[in-house]
Amino acid sequence: MRIDGKGLIDRTKPVRFRFDGKDYAGYKGDTLASALLANGVRLVGRSFKYHRPRGVLTAGSEEPNALVEVVGPTNQTPNVRATMQEVFEGLVTQSQNRLGSLRFDLMAVNDYLSPFLSAGFYYKTFMWPRAFWEGLYEPIIRRAAGLGSLSGKHDEGTYEKAFAFCDVLVIGSGPSGLMAALTAGRAGADVILCEESHALGGRLLSDGGTIGGVPAGEWVASVVAELQALPNVRIMLRTSVTGAYDHGTYGALERVGLHKPARPNLPRECFWRIVAPHAVLASGALERPVAFENNDRPGIMMASAVRTYLNRYGVVPGQRVTLFANTDQARATARDLMAAGVQVAAIIDPRPDAFSVEDCPVHVGAEVIGTRGRMGLRGITVRKGSETFEVETDCLAMSGGWNPTIHLTCHMNGRPRWNEDLAAFVPMEGAVPGLVAVGAANGSMSTHGALVTGHAAAVQAVEALGRKVSVPLPEAEDAPYRLRALWAVEGKGRAWLDFANDVTTNDVKLAAQEGFRSVEHMKRYTTQGMAPDQGKNSNVAALAVLADATGRGIAETGVTTFRPPYVPVSIAAMGAGGRAEGFAPQRFLTSDQASRDRGAPMIEAGLWYRPSYFPKPGETTWREACDREVNMVRQAVGVADVSTLGKIDIQGRDAGRFLDFVYTNTFSTLPVGRVRYGLMLREDGLVLDDGTSARLGDDHYLMTTTTAAAGLVMRHLDFVHQAFCADWQVRFISVTESWAQFAVAGPKARALVNSFLEEPVELPFMGVAPVRIGGVDGRLFRISFSGEEGYELAVPTRFGEALFRDLVARAETMGGGPYGMEALNVLRIEKGFITHAEIHGRVTAHDIGMEKMVSAKKDCIGKAAATRPGLWGPEREQLVGLKASAPISAGAHLFVPGTEVHRETDQGYVTSVCWSPTVDAWLGLAFLKDGRARQGERVRLVDHLRGLDVICEVCHPVFHDPEGEKLRA
Amino acid sequence: MPELIAKSALEGRSLTLGGVTLAEVDVGPITSIALLPGGAKAVAKGLKPLGLSMPEPNSFAEKKGARIVWTGRDQAFLTGADCPDMEGAAVTDQSDGWAVLALSGAAAVDVLARWVPVDVRLAAFPVGRALRTQLNHMNVILLRSGDYAFEIMVFRSMARTAWHELEAATHMVAARAGVKI
Repeated sequence: MRIDGKGLIDRTKPVRFRFDGKDYAGYKGDTLASALLANGVRLVGRSFKYHRPRGVLTAGSEEPNALVEVVGPTNQTPNVRATMQEVFEGLVTQSQNRLGSLRFDLMAVNDYLSPFLSAGFYYKTFMWPRAFWEGLYEPIIRRAAGLGSLSGKHDEGTYEKAFAFCDVLVIGSGPSGLMAALTAGRAGADVILCEESHALGGRLLSDGGTIGGVPAGEWVASVVAELQALPNVRIMLRTSVTGAYDHGTYGALERVGLHKPARPNLPRECFWRIVAPHAVLASGALERPVAFENNDRPGIMMASAVRTYLNRYGVVPGQRVTLFANTDQARATARDLMAAGVQVAAIIDPRPDAFSVEDCPVHVGAEVIGTRGRMGLRGITVRKGSETFEVETDCLAMSGGWNPTIHLTCHMNGRPRWNEDLAAFVPMEGAVPGLVAVGAANGSMSTHGALVTGHAAAVQAVEALGRKVSVPLPEAEDAPYRLRALWAVEGKGRAWLDFANDVTTNDVKLAAQEGFRSVEHMKRYTTQGMAPDQGKNSNVAALAVLADATGRGIAETGVTTFRPPYVPVSIAAMGAGGRAEGFAPQRFLTSDQASRDRGAPMIEAGLWYRPSYFPKPGETTWREACDREVNMVRQAVGVADVSTLGKIDIQGRDAGRFLDFVYTNTFSTLPVGRVRYGLMLREDGLVLDDGTSARLGDDHYLMTTTTAAAGLVMRHLDFVHQAFCADWQVRFISVTESWAQFAVAGPKARALVNSFLEEPVELPFMGVAPVRIGGVDGRLFRISFSGEEGYELAVPTRFGEALFRDLVARAETMGGGPYGMEALNVLRIEKGFITHAEIHGRVTAHDIGMEKMVSAKKDCIGKAAATRPGLWGPEREQLVGLKASAPISAGAHLFVPGTEVHRETDQGYVTSVCWSPTVDAWLGLAFLKDGRARQGERVRLVDHLRGLDVICEVCHPVFHDPEGEKLRA
Repeated sequence: MPELIAKSALEGRSLTLGGVTLAEVDVGPITSIALLPGGAKAVAKGLKPLGLSMPEPNSFAEKKGARIVWTGRDQAFLTGADCPDMEGAAVTDQSDGWAVLALSGAAAVDVLARWVPVDVRLAAFPVGRALRTQLNHMNVILLRSGDYAFEIMVFRSMARTAWHELEAATHMVAARAGVKI
């Protein structure tokens, strides 16, 4: 019901929204919760386990009951707290975790089964038979208990991540937060003020009162106006600070577009990382419920929430309201209601010495012991001394006192302190470096206390920043906070502690009885505090009940660990921009478009996209294209973009010496104008990478690495240089991106290359020379990864696309053309050349038959470690070739024919395979125990995954041109 | 054979939206100068004709269109001018290895804040500063060229991704400001 003249909603802007298929009206400034309450909707959800009917409990982000699904045009967001979701024109929402309608939820049968569903029930009930757990019990339990549902589609909404930096971060905008922001702002510090709600003011918007002689609302408005005018103050509304991390970093979630109809490019949420040397935690306090029988009915709400709905939204959640509270402050809710003309049926105060000045029935020393009204509260039962009586009421406002919102102070392992006067935990000072808790968050429960502490923390921060400020403190109420702790009312029935996960006082007592006495064990046994609200409403009361059940004090019992995030954070916000192709940077070759123009499917090679093959008309499978490309290279000429290979320019007097140190073989003796194949080991003696290095000048080399290990090798060189020879005359830098480089291979390669050069050169095998191509300075290498006469032509990257298109076009006139990764792979397997499929990090130079490349004349990285026992000899799996007449697979394992196939008889494994159109057989590269001595033997290849079982012949790994005559032609 | 046609990574693409301008720019030649041990004097002499010297860490300097940018310990990139012959350093052409994006406008800092994890407030990152940092998952060299202007050097092969990230951020920042797209 809406109260005229009350609230901060904009009554000139009505909005229509939908809940469970029905249209409702609200106003701009309403939350879904306030608008539903204004429409008399009390039942908004079903509980997690028992499917109990539930209504709105709170007015903040701690809401455990009123979780709904927001249905967008393209997505569906579950578990949205109705207390935080603002209404807007066209908002569509629905209730969740129900089977059937919200009113007639078939899963409510669970409530009647509750005697069997107590704490730890599934550990006990579903232990046997063991095999039934995964197939039967778990799926049923998962269906029965739960939260909202997803659409099953990709979330293609716009999300954002961002960084912010400031001098002073103020978290919360109640009296302490506003005072801190104003003080730091006036001092000229860069201030970020984060407020979780959609308006600044915190409890002042709900509680009213006066500050500095003016109504609190006016004071808030004047401070906000000043803050908005300060260029050094940034106000972030709808932003929850979710975590405190190292070095003054805070996580925060901003609801950017969730309160408006979806708009292109407007982020739904933004996940912020805010860095601030000083932070003021002005997060206030959370009112705590009292556990009494059936305290979870729709219509039973927190007293402060009732006050918020009345004063901030102009809504009363009932016609006859009752109040059950143990503090003086909570009485204000009843007084505000009466002032607004709402009937207050009774005030029930458990404190025997409490006052009774209100103009309504006040029962001191009394407790609520039961409630009626399954779909909505109808009445309560009150016990006073030995007598009990009924009170008719449709809204019960309850309060068990307040818990300071200390979560952030505990995120770096700080433990809070128990304060007996407040019956609450307060922050340990300095638990998060740079963060100071103020106001109610630090146990200062009056408005005056909030202003004073907020001001003091800001002054401390600005002074640390070397600034000065003088801001007068306005006058405000400073009433003492008196309460008698009341966690649970004595009784036999179910009294809820954790509304979100359906945990009752009986569950906690049962946990204690069954030996789960530690608060951490109780939590996990009962699941208390493990719901989306993370126990904000229940943690302290639950441990108080546990303390009582185990005969310990609360301080001794301790709290569970507070972990980020403070409120649920959508993964979509944390991973903003990272969906699909956004996952990692994409690296494109200069030939990319030319390859795609020819219909080449692109495959990922690390971050690079490379053409897989170049289909011709009539070819229906990749194999047809691949076979053709292989034959083309073997018989005419092929062109491939090999720019992805790492290139490192190495210069200095000690460049040769440096290469001798990192490679197993010698480079200092390489003549200028020549190229040499090199093998590089890790410090542990296993193979790191291979590649060629060219000597371009006396003190100038160009190293190439594999595509996969380009970054790894660069890092390795940096490490070796910095750790072992920082004083050498050597410097190196990556030039991978500077050169576009194309392999030209085949019997007609020389003719094709020469047709491009302004002055043809006669290069020996493994030679390098500067060349001029089409008016550009380039480099020509005579190297081959195919087994044919091969060249690599390099030009500055800007000319790459032009050169590739020209090379391919001219190759085609010679019966050649482009070839892709598939053909490249076949060509190198036929030639027995290794890639990282073979040098996968667990093989030695000996394993790949290159032990002779480890020079005896000098030391190198990894040389000593490579001589360790077990890294060489016949017990090692050694590189061999395999030949078969049926399809074989990489990843298959090898066995002696006739032996059993199991782990113990494993003789080795296959790393690369192909169909070889050249040899007309299936070829493979494999590692086989003592393989080099077993050439000519037959092995059994087994691949359980693909169902292969093939007899292969063990061969020398080089199938094509073993003498290398073609290379040197 | 005909002359080869040169292409930049993004073919000079540009975008203006919500007071932010993003454009691929040509900064001319880029040369890495890496000091060899004991080479400082020779390099200082080599740079003298340009009126430049090796920059302090995290900074750059400009003279008559030539710019020298700190890029690492004992290393700098000379841009906008051919590198004079010099002793004492490993000199490597990097002109084709990088794409350079200019980002300017009042909201440029907001766009950067979406991807760059460093403090780019003017006081913390004034004109004349250069950083090696990240743009989302990419290594970049970030220069503060004006109160409201930045230059971003990114590996050429990743230019399209860098453009995509900055374009998306520009759109989101504009949408937040209520700019109709």
